[in-house]
Amino acid sequence: MIHSLFLINHSGDIFLEKHWKSVISRSVCDYFFEAKEKAVDPENVPPVLQTPHHYLITVYRGKLFFLSVIQTEVPPLFVIEFLHRVADTFQDYFGECSEGVIKDNVVTVYELLEEMLDNGFPLATESNVLKEMIRPPTILRSVVNTLTGGSNVGDMLPTGQLSNIPWRRAGVKYTNNEAYFDVIEEIDAILDKSGTTVFAEIQGAIEACVRLSGMPDLTLSFMNPRLLDDVSFHPCVRFKRWESERVLSFIPPDGNFTLMTYHVSSQNLVAIPVYVKQNISFFETGSCGRLEITIGPKQTMGKTVEGLMVTIHMPKAVLSVNLTATQGNYTYDLATKVLVWDIGKLNPQKLPNLRGSLSMPSGVPKPEENPSLNIDLKIQQLAISGVKVSRLDMYGEKYKPFKGVKYVTKAGKFQVRT
Amino acid sequence: MEVGFSLRSEAAGVMRTALVSAENLQLTLKPEPSQEEQALTHTSSPKEAHKAGNEDLKEMLESNKESLKLEAMKRIVGLIAKGKNASDLFPAVVKNVASKNIELKKLVYVYLVRYAEEQQDLALLSISTFQRALKDPNQFIRASALRVLSSVRVPIIVPIMMLAIKEAASDLSPYVRKTAAHAIQKLYSLDADQKEQLIEVIEKLLKDKSTLVAGSVVMAFEEVCPDRIDLIHKNYRKLCNLLVDVEEWGQVVIISMLTRYARTQFTSPWKEGTVFDENDKAFYDSDSEEKKDQTQQPYVMDPDHRLLLRNTKPLLQSRNTAVVMCVAQLYWHLAPKHEVSIVTKSLVRLLRSHREVQYIVLQNVATMSIQRKGMFEPFMKSFYVRSTDATHIKTLKLEILTNLANEANISTILREFQTYVKSQDKAFAAATIQAIGRCATNISEVTDTCLNGLVLLLSNRDETVVAESVVVIKKLLQTQPTQHSEIIKHMAKLFDNITVPMARASILWMMGEYCERVPKIAPDVLRKVAKTFTAEEDIVKLQTVNLAAKLYLTNSKQTKLLTQYILNLGKYDPNYDIRDRTRFIRQLIVPHEKSGALSKYARRILLASKPAPVLESAFKDRDRFQLGTLSHSLNAKAAGYQELSDWPAVAPDASVRNVEVIEPVKEWVPIAGKAKQQKSDDKFYSDDEDEKEEEGSDSSGSEASGSSSSSSSSSEESGSESEEESSEESEKTSTDSGKSCSESESEQKKKKKTKRAALKTSEHTAADSDSDENGNGPMDQSGSSSSLESSSDSETDSEDDSDSDSPPPQKKTPAKTKPKAAVKSKKEVSLLDLDDFSPAPTNTPQSSVFSSSLLSDLEGLSLSNVSSTMQVTTPSFGPVKTYELLHHMTGKGLSAKYHFPRQPCLYQPSMVSVQVILTNSSDHTLEEIHVGDRSPASLNIHCFNTIERLEPQASVTVSMGIDFSDSTQAANFQLCTKEDQFSVSIQPAVGELLMPSSMTEQDFCTEQKKLQGMNETSATVAMATANTSSQAISKQVLSVANVGVVSSGQSNVGRFAGRTVSSGAVVLVSLELQETSSALLTINTEKSVMASMLLRDLKQALAQA
Repeated sequence: MIHSLFLINHSGDIFLEKHWKSVISRSVCDYFFEAKEKAVDPENVPPVLQTPHHYLITVYRGKLFFLSVIQTEVPPLFVIEFLHRVADTFQDYFGECSEGVIKDNVVTVYELLEEMLDNGFPLATESNVLKEMIRPPTILRSVVNTLTGGSNVGDMLPTGQLSNIPWRRAGVKYTNNEAYFDVIEEIDAILDKSGTTVFAEIQGAIEACVRLSGMPDLTLSFMNPRLLDDVSFHPCVRFKRWESERVLSFIPPDGNFTLMTYHVSSQNLVAIPVYVKQNISFFETGSCGRLEITIGPKQTMGKTVEGLMVTIHMPKAVLSVNLTATQGNYTYDLATKVLVWDIGKLNPQKLPNLRGSLSMPSGVPKPEENPSLNIDLKIQQLAISGVKVSRLDMYGEKYKPFKGVKYVTKAGKFQVRT
Repeated sequence: MEVGFSLRSEAAGVMRTALVSAENLQLTLKPEPSQEEQALTHTSSPKEAHKAGNEDLKEMLESNKESLKLEAMKRIVGLIAKGKNASDLFPAVVKNVASKNIELKKLVYVYLVRYAEEQQDLALLSISTFQRALKDPNQFIRASALRVLSSVRVPIIVPIMMLAIKEAASDLSPYVRKTAAHAIQKLYSLDADQKEQLIEVIEKLLKDKSTLVAGSVVMAFEEVCPDRIDLIHKNYRKLCNLLVDVEEWGQVVIISMLTRYARTQFTSPWKEGTVFDENDKAFYDSDSEEKKDQTQQPYVMDPDHRLLLRNTKPLLQSRNTAVVMCVAQLYWHLAPKHEVSIVTKSLVRLLRSHREVQYIVLQNVATMSIQRKGMFEPFMKSFYVRSTDATHIKTLKLEILTNLANEANISTILREFQTYVKSQDKAFAAATIQAIGRCATNISEVTDTCLNGLVLLLSNRDETVVAESVVVIKKLLQTQPTQHSEIIKHMAKLFDNITVPMARASILWMMGEYCERVPKIAPDVLRKVAKTFTAEEDIVKLQTVNLAAKLYLTNSKQTKLLTQYILNLGKYDPNYDIRDRTRFIRQLIVPHEKSGALSKYARRILLASKPAPVLESAFKDRDRFQLGTLSHSLNAKAAGYQELSDWPAVAPDASVRNVEVIEPVKEWVPIAGKAKQQKSDDKFYSDDEDEKEEEGSDSSGSEASGSSSSSSSSSEESGSESEEESSEESEKTSTDSGKSCSESESEQKKKKKTKRAALKTSEHTAADSDSDENGNGPMDQSGSSSSLESSSDSETDSEDDSDSDSPPPQKKTPAKTKPKAAVKSKKEVSLLDLDDFSPAPTNTPQSSVFSSSLLSDLEGLSLSNVSSTMQVTTPSFGPVKTYELLHHMTGKGLSAKYHFPRQPCLYQPSMVSVQVILTNSSDHTLEEIHVGDRSPASLNIHCFNTIERLEPQASVTVSMGIDFSDSTQAANFQLCTKEDQFSVSIQPAVGELLMPSSMTEQDFCTEQKKLQGMNETSATVAMATANTSSQAISKQVLSVANVGVVSSGQSNVGRFAGRTVSSGAVVLVSLELQETSSALLTINTEKSVMASMLLRDLKQALAQA
């Protein structure tokens, strides 16, 4: 299936290559570079490319291209999903997925890739299994290793791979047994010029951090499971129980994982936490424009809105901006033409306001379209859809775990058209 | 690990200090790695430094210290990762293969797998280590030994690998068996001759009940013998039931395989009498209606079919996007129409995922939304475009929105489009205008609104927007026969300001076409453009000539001089197309003594009313590919793509899937509560099974985990028992199924024919409208590509057409229009696709499999009804046999392999085309590789162009043509580099000297009658049992000889036809099945020597299973 993998950095250098079958010359990447050249923006490079002898499937993550070479028919999503899984694993191991980190840990990366794929077919992709075979680098271990000549390859053999629950390793032991669940909801919305909602929906995820000894069997139930319109689960969740009782029953992986993601149907009315009053105009003469934005709370359920941020991709013609903000501060990147206004906490008594002028070179016609505003925000202790976890029970183990649930609402792809 | 954890949790304080000191330590340790880095960077620069660096590594590897060795290996792996050559260290590295240190060992494995192919002799030294490890009591060591052993690509050890795989396949550990399944594919790619033996192993592993093995063995099945569907029968139900517990990657593979399987085994759940692309009506049908339908035409779904649908449904909730997409395509291709819509939500959910995932999902949704608007209409808003989306995502969303548009939602969609038109992304804005045009033609209510909106856009400041609007307006006006002279006048005014050639050409064409509606303006426009004629783009010039000609015919008084002027300019134009056109037009319109009959019809030729173009989705014909596949994504057949067969008219015998009731052994109960209890197959479809599972899941838990190892071994036993029992049975049924298969196949064909007839009318119209487009001036090549030649070609073409029969296209025979339609529609796609999926450049040497599909496409064009059956009988070409031309040891580093791509030779029709792969496995560049002297001297070879340079490790594929004059005498020639010459020879198998010819059964019989007596060679051949189905037969025959399948009405006779490449003599092969194990093979041809050789080869192929 997957024949070879090339890692390519932003400027187009191949800095790592791995082949699972016979070796393919890196000249195959030239077709990709050609497409990259044409696309200008790395985001716009088509993910699937055809060359005379091969097919190239590329994923762009963290300013890196993961380019895989395929020779025969294979579901493209299979490859894309796997490449993202590789990037996730790097992130998990090294804290970030960047060129520098990969170059520093090239041996670990190679060992990982060797284990993740056999003859181009995924072998072990569960982070728990991998971590048993290849230990993630820590500062302490690297010191010990250099002093003693030890290695970061586990001498134990992975038992998880054999069991029917490959996501959990055997013999887990903690002195403090704890299970935390974060319910994170994101609002995807498009608001039009007048502030009416064109489209809004809520996407949620439950991120878990479970550190429990032995083989615990957990059951998590909701107060109002009917709200959840469409769900997807970590493989550990028993689907049958969900179908019949609407509870999540699972033996959790050890450590951090995403338990489920869900979607609250767009038919339901979605509460929009903030309103935006904006006026952006460009003048026909005088080569300048004016901008004024005010943000205020709308439906926040009595909670404070934090981490408020407005991002605007200005038209190419805008040379510079001269603005004043009543709260927070703004930056304007001259090269990318991105205006970022970092507001912070929203104070309902004194609404944040940004106003001033935009300057353009004279003689350039005014832009056709006003730029749209992308809003970022965060509300702690609130799940905007109203989803609530009612209880968490544990079976199979004797000790009493410490349990906790946290709710956060964020803005997802929240866009205001102007 | 454990120690680390307790350390951390118990003594966090101690840890902190340790960390601080660790950081200090790291600082002091820093210089060492930096030296390494230096060494690494040095390797890239001068050669001496490179050597020195490797010498240094060699010393480290030969030292006694483990740590030094490990350090050296890490640096070597670093070199490999960077793509640097480290092959000269092979002897030093390979010594460490038996090291005790696990990490060192693993790194040596990495090295070994990478370089073993190049250093085969040295690699052999390590084999014994692996052979020993294969017997290790630890299953992981056994597995990893097998993994590395099978990854070492050294042909000499094929027998050892085969033995190891066979042993591992019956290992007690499922993990080892899984590794064996992976090894099967590796061995197959190394040596395809082992296929038959490998199939046996696959058959054995398919019976395995472990979820670990299932995914891997199905993968092996798909790679090695995807057409041996008979192997699946017995395991079908087991696979369906295990599916939920298989790891996610395995799920994808199994689901795609089962989709293919189900299409051959079950009857269509889609209602009879409805065409495939029915729209949302079925979806809205209430259940009661459904029931009524069913009473009229009782369709009962096969319980096994239902089992598959039911067991895949939960996987829609998988976190793995590939699994979700795979289930979605399964439902799309297999489920009754009203059930397909359950996948919608899940697909929409995937749109939240990464950009690349979105791209693929949107492509599939686009294809689905053409046929089933209703599925996605409720989720229309999820396809709204955000300004931050990537351009190709935007375009796809736009495509979907356009597909979803109907009378009810068009106003919402148009409002949304208005926002997009103003987008800063001008390519996207242009695509939106196209989309508006499509909406306007599809929904007549809004045509006027759209037209007015587009006219407003004509005053837009951006040129691309204006140009696109002009083009779309032109198309819309054509569809609207009503008066629109106001708009035309408006556009005439714009002519001065528009500079985009396509838009200018569009306006000119419109002036000419509607010159009678704007009699005063048109000559004026001609006058203006005459002034600037020499400075215009070619496409504008062509339209200027057209306009002049049309005006000359309608209004010669005013425009005679102007026309003459333009024709004079055109006569001396640098572009030959324009000169051509000018000459043609002059002959046509200017009265002349010699100009005969044609000029009488000039008016009718030039001013024929042209039917409107049809604005279609670029995804219209994507549904010929299975959804979710690479081929669908590229809109081109990818190598190894397996076509979904049509539903059989009558389901093959369902009892082949029955498994004998095994005595209820305690099956290996999966632990995680998703557990299933042992099911005897009579309970498969009973409803209470679910409840039982519920109980099972409750009771499972810690106790189940304890018993897993013992129960797995017991299941192993039961597995072998059932094997023995079933083996006899399966033999019996396999012959049965063979028959029933072939029966159903012929019926299938019949059904197809009727379907074809039903579709014919629609094809007619499609073809019509399409050839009409050719008559529409330049706009049908709108947007992009279209070299000038092609545009002018199609223009003249169409004019010729309209000339021969003036109300042009309706009279065309379908045989003529159909192929055209096919070509045209392909072109359409690439035009509308923007730059996302540029089709492969065709002039470069293509992979053989690809070209063979191309070939079959071409055949499809010539005789469409034959091609349909050809597709049925030749599902896939097996991997092409590659022969060694020059070994790298004798070739001083240059190695060459060749194969017969089985495509018509480009250079001379009498030549057999041969593709040669030249590889430089030496460490220096080879220069001037070319073909030297040849013998016999009369040998006619078309050589490849001299290859100036071949870098080390690089390989290049070149194609040659050789005229073997229909003899298997070897072609000897010399392969030369700058310094050396190597004598090589290509000896063709007799089957490669043929080329397929397509003929009907009747033609075949008449040809056969002509070639009897002396020209007939026949023999009775023994047939392997696996070869009794007609599919298997044609596969075997096609693997030996390059012949075409002749569709046959009789199921027990296989007919194949071909011609010899050089002399074109007909070669007819017919195979008549007599009993189960023998057949009469007859070959009719004038070339009796070839006949006997071919007979021998075929006999051999058919005898081996």
